[in-house]
Amino acid sequence: MLRLEKRPQPSRVFAYLTPVLAVIITMIAGGMLFAALGKNPVEAIRTIFWDPLFGEFAFYYRPQLLVKGGPLILIAIGLSLGFRAGIWNIGAEGQYIVGALCGAAVALAFYPLEAWYIFPLMILAGALGGMLWAMVPALLKVKFGTNEILVSLMLVYVAENLLAAMALGRMKNPEGHGFPGSRNLKDYPSAFNDEIITGSGMHWGVLTAFLAVIFAYVLLNRHMLGFSIRLTGEAPRAARFSGVNPTRIILFCLGISGLMAGLAGMFEVSGPSGQVSIDFNVGYGFTAIIVAFLGRLHPVGILLAGLLMALTYIGGEIAQGNLGLPSAAIQLFQGMLLFFLLAVDLLTNYRIRFVRREAA
Amino acid sequence: MDLSSITPALLLASLMVAATPILLAGIGELVVERAGVLNLGVEGMMITGAICGFAVTIETGSPLMGFVAAAAGGAGLALLFGALTQVALANQVASGLALTLFGLGLSSLLGQDYVGLKPVQTPAFKIPLLSDIPFLGRVLFSHDLMVYFGLGLVAAVWALLKYSRAGLILRAVGENHDAAHALGYKVVRIRILAIMFGGACAGLGGAYISLIRVPQWTEGMTSGAGWIALALVVFASWKPGRVLLGAWLFGGVTVLQLNLQAAGLAIPVEYLSMSPYLITILVLVIMSADKSRAPASLGRIFHASG
Repeated sequence: MLRLEKRPQPSRVFAYLTPVLAVIITMIAGGMLFAALGKNPVEAIRTIFWDPLFGEFAFYYRPQLLVKGGPLILIAIGLSLGFRAGIWNIGAEGQYIVGALCGAAVALAFYPLEAWYIFPLMILAGALGGMLWAMVPALLKVKFGTNEILVSLMLVYVAENLLAAMALGRMKNPEGHGFPGSRNLKDYPSAFNDEIITGSGMHWGVLTAFLAVIFAYVLLNRHMLGFSIRLTGEAPRAARFSGVNPTRIILFCLGISGLMAGLAGMFEVSGPSGQVSIDFNVGYGFTAIIVAFLGRLHPVGILLAGLLMALTYIGGEIAQGNLGLPSAAIQLFQGMLLFFLLAVDLLTNYRIRFVRREAA
Repeated sequence: MDLSSITPALLLASLMVAATPILLAGIGELVVERAGVLNLGVEGMMITGAICGFAVTIETGSPLMGFVAAAAGGAGLALLFGALTQVALANQVASGLALTLFGLGLSSLLGQDYVGLKPVQTPAFKIPLLSDIPFLGRVLFSHDLMVYFGLGLVAAVWALLKYSRAGLILRAVGENHDAAHALGYKVVRIRILAIMFGGACAGLGGAYISLIRVPQWTEGMTSGAGWIALALVVFASWKPGRVLLGAWLFGGVTVLQLNLQAAGLAIPVEYLSMSPYLITILVLVIMSADKSRAPASLGRIFHASG
């Protein structure tokens, strides 16, 4: 009979090993899924994980890794801070949308003026927009003890409706021949979030994501606030006795995660996406939750996990084109990854022992 | 704007219909939470139930089989959650989110061949005599069977929790799992059963949307109903009777805003569509002042040592 025995301390070996293990199990289970859909599993897995990096057209796909990974990493870093403290912001998708709307609003307000200060103003607006959207669940939690999970999630649907209202209404391109969606910011140099090095995929959002990784690392390991965040999550009672102010932690964690999600949205709408349209958001806010967990809520882990998840997006698109793999299969694949990760995480905190059943 | 097109009887009747999905999912989640488990995967289980029910109804031509399949699909997905949280002792919040993401992916994969099809219509069941009462007959007694099933389920859950031994054990597990364990109750087994019940209910709720309310399959068609059901449980302070009240409130808001959209109110449709979510937040704020009703072991991991 199997029995679980709690480890006195979480295993460090397994803490590093479980994400890798989860990815391997997901590949196997995913292969079985693809086989069930009538595709060659080995070819499908190779198309998703190998071709974007080393295949024939890798020169085209490699920059995409940064384009898709950037927002995921940026959002996930913000979320991970809250998750560490047991504060569950799962409405990053909404904050992402509002950040994008605020950023785009600034750009569209200045159009067609060309000036150096427009892009910085957009960044500011995006960050503020995302932060304010996240402040709603934060303030409600602080003031009334309202559940932040439900409020932040409800606000995603509100934001999606707001996006639709903007794309079809106030932000609609007046020269767009009646098509929904705003002016394309790619044709507006002062607002365009261009690649810093041409052909690298590295735009300002990706740079911000890397800076966020460093910021989070320093915060968690070298700063009192980071220590308080970790303490709140791991030992809430101890945190209270040692004088950690829970209100401050809640406001900070939700605020910073909203800010980063808002930034990610703003960089996306002014760069790769280019315009505010009904469906410019592709669920990065939700996928970032998987990224945060896959990276074990550690900044460096999230960096790697974000790139891996970006790989599945790109590989998924290739597999969709070449093998006719449905796009939903990739979504399912990403969901499975989180499942297996949570399951094998057991090995970090518990030891599995084989014992004979004793007489009661 | 033409408000005269809104007739009260029709409005109240469609309120009952709009309330049913969240009522079913909400009452299921209530049982789960009373057993001390927080399953945030309601949305995922609903959408899975929606597609399972829809696909089976299309294939077999029988809505009844569809609803059975929906319950089975929801319960199956819930079992995954049960295995994760009760056996593998994973974090319940993270596992619930995983369930939702997984369910959304699974449903759109299963549903890609069913877009644009129309299911067999589920017949309305007019209760003889009662449905002839003016006004009330139309509002209360001329619905499909699932509406009555939902109401019956609420009553059954209420009676079971309040008066039966099984209900007492379930509550004991939810309030203090260590004490329940010491008394010899199988905490994990009871919780897994509760989780599966919750999944089956969520599945039924989802199928109600895809088979009766809409009736059609589109990706992500539950659009947050699962989350509203979760909020409903908080709103109800974990009491079955108040789940019903809450479901009618949310159903009422949904129907009212749809009617206002149809009547051509001078507000863009998108702003009206926001209203159910905003009302949910508002209600959560009002209700969250009183936390004392929550089951004491809610969301805590149970591991029998020794």
